[in-house]
Amino acid sequence: MSAAIKPMITLEEICTEAEKIRLSNPNLGDTIVSDIYQNAEMIAGPAVSKNSTDSRSWDYKLDDVLTSRLFGYPIMFALLSVIFWITIAGANVPSQMIADTLFAFQDQLLIWFELAGAPTWLTGIVVLGMFRGLAWVIAVMLPPMAIFFPLFTLLEDLGYLPRVAFNLDNMFKKCRACGKQILTMCMGFGCNAAGVVSCRIIDSPRERLIAVLTNNFVPCNGRFPTLIAIATIFMGGMVVSELQTAVASLVVTSLVVLGIFVTFAVSWALSHTLLKGEASSMVLELPPYRKPQLGAIFYRSLIDRTIFVLKRAIIMAAPAGAITWMLANIYIGEISIIGYLAAWLQPFAYAIGLDGFILLAFILGLPANEIVMPILLMCYLSAGQMMEFGTLEELRDILINNNWTWLTAVCTMLFCLLHWPCTTALLSAYKETGSKKWTFLTFLIPTVIAFIVCFIVAQSARLLNLV
Amino acid sequence: MSNSTIEEHQNFLSEHFGITTTPGQFTVALAGNPNVGKSTVFNALTGLHQHTGNWPGKTVDNAQGSFTYLDRSFLMIDLPGTYSILAHTVEEQVARDFICFGKPDATLVVLDATCLERNLNLALQVMEITPKIIVCVNLIDEAEKKNIKIDISALQKDLGVPVVATAARNGKGLGTLRQKLYEMSTGLCTPAPRQINYSSEVENAIQQLLPKVSRLIGSNLNPRWVALRLLDGDQAFINSISQYLDFDLHPTRLQEVAV
Repeated sequence: MSAAIKPMITLEEICTEAEKIRLSNPNLGDTIVSDIYQNAEMIAGPAVSKNSTDSRSWDYKLDDVLTSRLFGYPIMFALLSVIFWITIAGANVPSQMIADTLFAFQDQLLIWFELAGAPTWLTGIVVLGMFRGLAWVIAVMLPPMAIFFPLFTLLEDLGYLPRVAFNLDNMFKKCRACGKQILTMCMGFGCNAAGVVSCRIIDSPRERLIAVLTNNFVPCNGRFPTLIAIATIFMGGMVVSELQTAVASLVVTSLVVLGIFVTFAVSWALSHTLLKGEASSMVLELPPYRKPQLGAIFYRSLIDRTIFVLKRAIIMAAPAGAITWMLANIYIGEISIIGYLAAWLQPFAYAIGLDGFILLAFILGLPANEIVMPILLMCYLSAGQMMEFGTLEELRDILINNNWTWLTAVCTMLFCLLHWPCTTALLSAYKETGSKKWTFLTFLIPTVIAFIVCFIVAQSARLLNLV
Repeated sequence: MSNSTIEEHQNFLSEHFGITTTPGQFTVALAGNPNVGKSTVFNALTGLHQHTGNWPGKTVDNAQGSFTYLDRSFLMIDLPGTYSILAHTVEEQVARDFICFGKPDATLVVLDATCLERNLNLALQVMEITPKIIVCVNLIDEAEKKNIKIDISALQKDLGVPVVATAARNGKGLGTLRQKLYEMSTGLCTPAPRQINYSSEVENAIQQLLPKVSRLIGSNLNPRWVALRLLDGDQAFINSISQYLDFDLHPTRLQEVAV
């Protein structure tokens, strides 16, 4: 090293200057990357010669269609709709059969309890609370899950999901978030807690936080059955029977799309307020299309997902059923405890298009979204007159007898899609972010959005006299 | 290099990268995309003389192996498989920091012959950092099966660095690879790597920054490449460069740079 010392220059100074140049050239980072790619193309072009009978050429063509600007989104939407259509159409019959069997068994149970001389309260808690709750969870949730998860896993196995990520990458970039967020959202379709944990794959802490905070806007396993059930028995039920399934699957697809839209909106808002910054780019490999391994698909979707979710729902639903039955059957004066709580929530719930029972079910469902629907039904059933079970149409009658309108159904679905994450997801968010503040925001942002959206929908519908 | 600087470099390698070299041993970095048979090349070259650990302070595997060729010892460092070294992930950062600051005597970039174009991106990025690069076009047998023909000599001419076709699984091309590594490390080979042509917008930005960058870093690194990283606003790189070169971002502790 020589001794000549030039005037000092610091890295910081140069960084500031670089920053200035970058700000006047917002696409500089992208241009650098695309220049590198162009150079690679220029070099590879003359050096590589391919025979036209290349076996991979068909999948390039397929990629061109699946990820094209024109067809990318419609194909995505269509595939999603088809999956929901198959799920809803296919789930009706087995749901019915399971419901018939289980509720026939309930009558038998009641007879046995009577023969054994069990006190009314015991029969109530065990049969009408726990057993009925479980029966509903299984009948309403099992068939859709057993159809939906294998289909979704099939798409995963075929290699379609990375193409979805590719299609949506541009949108994420516009929201200044990371394209990998879509992969965490796909995990979120399974379970939001798993989705939150999977945000680790995003390297920028800022973008990771955005992904954690918005993961809840994709409906998880626990919420899909609720959405599918309401869409099937209520939205579908409003049109002629031939169209029921189609309408129901369109409704669910739209809800998912809305969830994705809200994800974008919130990501955009966060990167322009609390989490300011630029999007980083990433390399996404589109893996070759593979022949799906059916055995693995069934194992993964049925054992890992369906049974896992069902087990969790059952574990939560049995005690929740018992507690709900007690709350509904312990009277203070003329009104049951649940009646008091619901009445207390009623004005507030009414303002956002729900009723006191629905809001209460969502609150009691905080530990697991799977049990919202069962709790709600138990509230209605035990508070009102005894209903004969059997068909899904009767489920609809239960809801209508409790003053459900199409607006109630829409608001319940919206609330279900947008409301607070379950405790497991919140716990994961706390572990991943290590901050009470961000965990609280993970809870607060969806909650506020759910209330605002439902409020606007309910109030506008009422103002316009649509109900 | 004088003895004292060699010692300094050895200390630097062990401190920052957990790499211990014996005196006179060449270091070779092994880079490549995931799933291109990089590990096969690594195993084929080093055999059983390997040991694995972690990069200091990172949960990224660090595998090292050694081999001898023409009485010279080589220590090969298997970098994590990455698509680029623009440092978006910890793996990319580890790979880039080693190539950039670890100053290996040669960097071997393994490419997949069946998708050469995509793989070339990494090679081009490495060539921006160091001229001492050897390109290994692996899976050449797979490419032949798929009717893909690669003109190795044209590629070598275009890139300006040695290009070797291999089928590491069958041991094909490994002899040439060792020979090229030897020539590169001992300085028998003088590569003239092709530089990336950037569009005028990027080139203008580089020229604006280049004089100051050159003054700051001297001949330690390729100033064009450093300018590009700074223009990219690559915070990880800014942290690395200030750490490795012992610059300090804090304005009250300015360092004077001798040129």
